[in-house]
Amino acid sequence: MSAETIPVPQPADGAAGPLAGIAHEPGVAKPDPLLVVDGMRRAFGGLVAVDVAHVEFQRGCITGLIGPNGAGKTTFFNLITGFDTPDAGTWSFDGKPIRKASPYRLARSGMVRTFQLTKSLTRLSVLENMKLGALDQRGESVFAGLLKPLWRDQEREIEQRADDLLQRFKLDHMREEFAGNLSGGQRKLLEMARALMADPKLIMLDEPMAGVNPALTQSLLGHVKELRAEGRTVIFVEHDMDVVNDISDWVVVMAEGRVLAEGPPASIGANPAVIDAYLGAHHDLDLGDEQ
Amino acid sequence: MNWPLIISNTLFTAISIQAIAYVLAAIGLNMHFGFTGLLNFGQAAFGAVGAYTFAVLAGQGIPWPASGEPPWPFGQPWPWWAAALAVIPAAMVLALLLGIPTLRLRADYLAIVTIAAAEIIRQALIAPKLDERFGTGGADGLQGFTGGIEKINPWNGRTFYLWKQPFDGHQAFMIVAGWSLVALCSVGMWLLMRSPWGRVLKSIREDEDAARSLGKNVFAYKMQSLIIGGVIGAFAGVVFAVGGRAAAPNDYATAFTFFAWTVLILGGAGRIKGPIVGGLIFWLIIGFTEVFLSQVTRNKVVPTWLVNENNFGLLRFMFVGLGLATLVVFRPQGIFGDRREQAFDVR
Ligand SMILES: Nc1ncnc2c1ncn2[C@@H]1O[C@H](COP(=O)(O)OP(=O)(O)O)[C@@H](O)[C@H]1O
Ligand SMILES: [Mg+2]
Repeated sequence: MSAETIPVPQPADGAAGPLAGIAHEPGVAKPDPLLVVDGMRRAFGGLVAVDVAHVEFQRGCITGLIGPNGAGKTTFFNLITGFDTPDAGTWSFDGKPIRKASPYRLARSGMVRTFQLTKSLTRLSVLENMKLGALDQRGESVFAGLLKPLWRDQEREIEQRADDLLQRFKLDHMREEFAGNLSGGQRKLLEMARALMADPKLIMLDEPMAGVNPALTQSLLGHVKELRAEGRTVIFVEHDMDVVNDISDWVVVMAEGRVLAEGPPASIGANPAVIDAYLGAHHDLDLGDEQ
Repeated sequence: MNWPLIISNTLFTAISIQAIAYVLAAIGLNMHFGFTGLLNFGQAAFGAVGAYTFAVLAGQGIPWPASGEPPWPFGQPWPWWAAALAVIPAAMVLALLLGIPTLRLRADYLAIVTIAAAEIIRQALIAPKLDERFGTGGADGLQGFTGGIEKINPWNGRTFYLWKQPFDGHQAFMIVAGWSLVALCSVGMWLLMRSPWGRVLKSIREDEDAARSLGKNVFAYKMQSLIIGGVIGAFAGVVFAVGGRAAAPNDYATAFTFFAWTVLILGGAGRIKGPIVGGLIFWLIIGFTEVFLSQVTRNKVVPTWLVNENNFGLLRFMFVGLGLATLVVFRPQGIFGDRREQAFDVR
């Protein structure tokens, strides 16, 4: 019929939205980065676990951080969130350079992370786990804590927020259970929901799907997408390339501590450097490390 | 066998000043260990600091090192309430000294440092040099610092009975004051532990990195816990010293710490009433075995080659040890602990 062709808005492997038209190369500048890392290095004895020259993470996007086992992804997370100290390097969050990188200060500034091995507080109830996540609680000071009238109203409001999130994550039926009674997948959900209680700008998920059964994986993926819809920025470590392709706007590939490649998901599988890195380690891009 | 005496004596031991002192020390440890997960094996250090701060200040006051008329507040006894208030900053200083270098490190470091500190303080109190400078009384310790409290005691000079067991007005007053202090501390703990502050403490006990990742200043909370539990431990020392009208270095040896731990574990760590229940049970056992064995040996009910009047005292701690071992096997969560919680205690 008509020879008219509809103009394709993106190349097949291109990125959509704010990241459209950005070069697919390591360290590329982004239009509105929330997190910028420069010259970050961390060695354990002779082993250089992280050696990132420059990387930027776009605000409001889901960035997948992938790489073979031992690539330094967890260490990179630890450095950024203040749980480990870099030998060298600077980074800035939301435009502000980070000077005193203590985990609690960074969390308060809006950068909350979860852990590869879940850290649910087993002898606290699910609800208490959630309520702990809220920031700026008046009753968390020792003197105000003694006097319930000073924090009763805020506590009620926090509990309401916790209940809403529990419902959204389908954990409301476990509200009063000890967190230790949850399954592995439920703990991952709880940890993500708890992090949201802090209303973070950036949420960093270290292997949120590891050890989660397929049914829960789907709902977890849905939740991560919702975070983006709420305007949050997500960085997550994941091994399953289907998952990465499904939800990420951008992918950063690490190998041996360095950023090896960057680009939209579709561009990654075809990148020879990435294939090399994975072939060397796993012979198959789909392989994940289970620690 | 004089059963009325055995029973009344046992009951009296369970509510005695010693029992109160260990209940208080255990309440402090409960804050440290039961709610925050801190391993303080030097509660005796806090007890000693409390006892000696009170005894020195309420007794002679701090000696003035130079010649001439000593300026206030040196060289004169302090009123009892001022001496008691001074116990709080003294215990805080000790908590800061112990906590600042260790609370950022792994839990075991605090344990080691507290064990050492308790022993250092006890040895220092024995030292004549410290006595010369601060009037701590050396190995003999201090007496004669309870005058102020005896003056306000309406029952001074009277004798009371718990069935067959007589006790004097000073003991009666200190028992009432001591259990009131226990009640006050317990209510305070309960208020704190139901608050968001208490929730942060428990989260630190469970996993301090998780607490950090949620924006909690873990070091500051641990320090607050160490201070509060330490101040309560110091008042355990005050009660012990005032009740016995003496402060002696060896009252604050490692046994003080381990009795307090025993009381806490017996009752159940992480429960507000744990130390109270644990203390009552501990002193019921100690009191009963003491008076029962003394009667048994005096009346030669058992052959003297097995146990005699001189060594029965050792036997009671064997019974306590046996009881504790039985408890750990059959109710590891303590008498009031929650079995469900214990199930997760596998790290
Ligand atoms: N605390 C540590 N001490 C020594 N080596 C470590 C430590 N943490 C990580 N490593 C090493 O650093 C490298 C990167 O580890 P990690 O960041 O956990 O990788 P990933 O999360 O990408 O699998 C690995 O070789 C690991 O063995
Ligand atoms: Mg990892």
